[in-house]
Amino acid sequence: MSYAKPLPRIDDHSRPFWDAAKAGHLMLPRCDACGSFHTYFEPWCNKCGHEGVHWERLSGRGRIWANCRFHKIYFAGFEKDVPYNVAMVELEEGCRLVTNIVGLERGTLDEMPIGMEVEAVFEAVTPEVTLIKFAPMASAGDAGE
Amino acid sequence: MSLISNRKDSIAVVGVGMTDFGKLPDHDATSLGIWALREAAADAGLTLADIEGLVIHRLADYQKFVQITNMAPRLLTASPGAGRMLGGSMQIAVQAILSGMVETVAVVYGNDGSTAGARYGGKGDQYGTGAEQLWFPYGMTSPGAIHAMAFQRHAALYGTTVEQLAEISMTFRRHAALNPKAVMKKPLSLDDYMAAPFICEPLRRLDYCLINDGGVAMILTSGERARDMRQKPVYLRGIAQLSRLAKGELPDDFGYETMQQVSSRVHRMAELSRADVDALMIYDNFTPTVIFTLEGFGYCERGQGGEYVQSGTLRLGGRYPANTNGGHLSESYMQGWSLNVEAVRQVRGELGERQVPDARNVQYLQGGPLSTSIIYAKEAN
Repeated sequence: MSYAKPLPRIDDHSRPFWDAAKAGHLMLPRCDACGSFHTYFEPWCNKCGHEGVHWERLSGRGRIWANCRFHKIYFAGFEKDVPYNVAMVELEEGCRLVTNIVGLERGTLDEMPIGMEVEAVFEAVTPEVTLIKFAPMASAGDAGE
Repeated sequence: MSLISNRKDSIAVVGVGMTDFGKLPDHDATSLGIWALREAAADAGLTLADIEGLVIHRLADYQKFVQITNMAPRLLTASPGAGRMLGGSMQIAVQAILSGMVETVAVVYGNDGSTAGARYGGKGDQYGTGAEQLWFPYGMTSPGAIHAMAFQRHAALYGTTVEQLAEISMTFRRHAALNPKAVMKKPLSLDDYMAAPFICEPLRRLDYCLINDGGVAMILTSGERARDMRQKPVYLRGIAQLSRLAKGELPDDFGYETMQQVSSRVHRMAELSRADVDALMIYDNFTPTVIFTLEGFGYCERGQGGEYVQSGTLRLGGRYPANTNGGHLSESYMQGWSLNVEAVRQVRGELGERQVPDARNVQYLQGGPLSTSIIYAKEAN
């Protein structure tokens, strides 16, 4: 059965992101001038105005910054998934990505509180597209880690 | 300080008009706008030919609008459907009059969202920069979901509760019951609120604004011209806006810094403080917005918006009765416009059962990363 959920429109600006994801890495464009990471793919920096980025690999670790759980079906491909969670994860490097939290027992909001440590997992959904999702960090809660 | 420092003149609202609200399948957005403008012109005692400037919002077909109304505006603009364009539309109208370009401007809004099946979320949704790339694959979409996330952060930081959201929903519904035009009038209990289905958890259907058809129009002119018109003028004493969308759809501070700047500018222009304000009209697309907005505009301390609301401040009889028409949650989703009309009518003192006694100054608050505020007053400054 073909994949029914929305797929990203991959263009020349975003291709490195999706190629990296396919290879199991989280990479983002980083401003050549001020060093801020972008979570958009246009070449202009919305912090300093510089035009020009290079790609850098990130740790893939972060914390849940915001969360919600969809009960309404907005995309036909998600009809079997509702209710499903969406989170905004703040990466160690300071930028934030929208994602799903996986590896939870029921997927309810209380299992994925704001502040919880998570790490990237890579889910190939089509031959071209690998989505970057996040799971509770294996070591989460261990003091001294 | 007057609206611009080198002029003594003021701006007045001299006519307001609204259609019915609800499902109006015999009208498109353009005809709803025409209906509203005709009401506003009648209210002002003007003919459409008296109107020199036409500032249109949301209704797409300015050409049909001008053809059918047989108007010949010397200023004509049309902006797209986002509620955030209210501020810019009003700024254009105000500045066009102050500059002397035109004397009288109609600001007209038409929305056939219900009949046209407007959806907020899903394929084609404009909310969220680059959403198609990095949101949709995860099922993320809609302004409601962003507000759900923002509320979750507010709750985590400050202990804000869904019962406090319920108070907003119930308060505005109680006000709507006093407004014959309101779409939703049935009283709400906390049980009703809790029983409403989740749309995007933790937000329930009763945390979301309505989607309905309707139109709103306001006619503005110079204070000088307003003196001998049919309605007693309501002065627009201050207007300020700030767009800081680069901070993202979900700003770290719930838009606080943005709103603080708008707040200080609007009060300075109006020469009126929060203590002078008798009622508030708050852009209530979702219940959490009301809490963030009260904090951003300094009506309560940061993080205290939930408690502030829960203490009954926004109810008729409270210190700052808000959204006395029922707001977007219960009256109609006119993207701020009917709240502005309600502000004018409160200052006129013509609202009967839902009139705030001796309302002299009413402030319109629109929060978020594109924030606007307008202060309407009985007296010019």
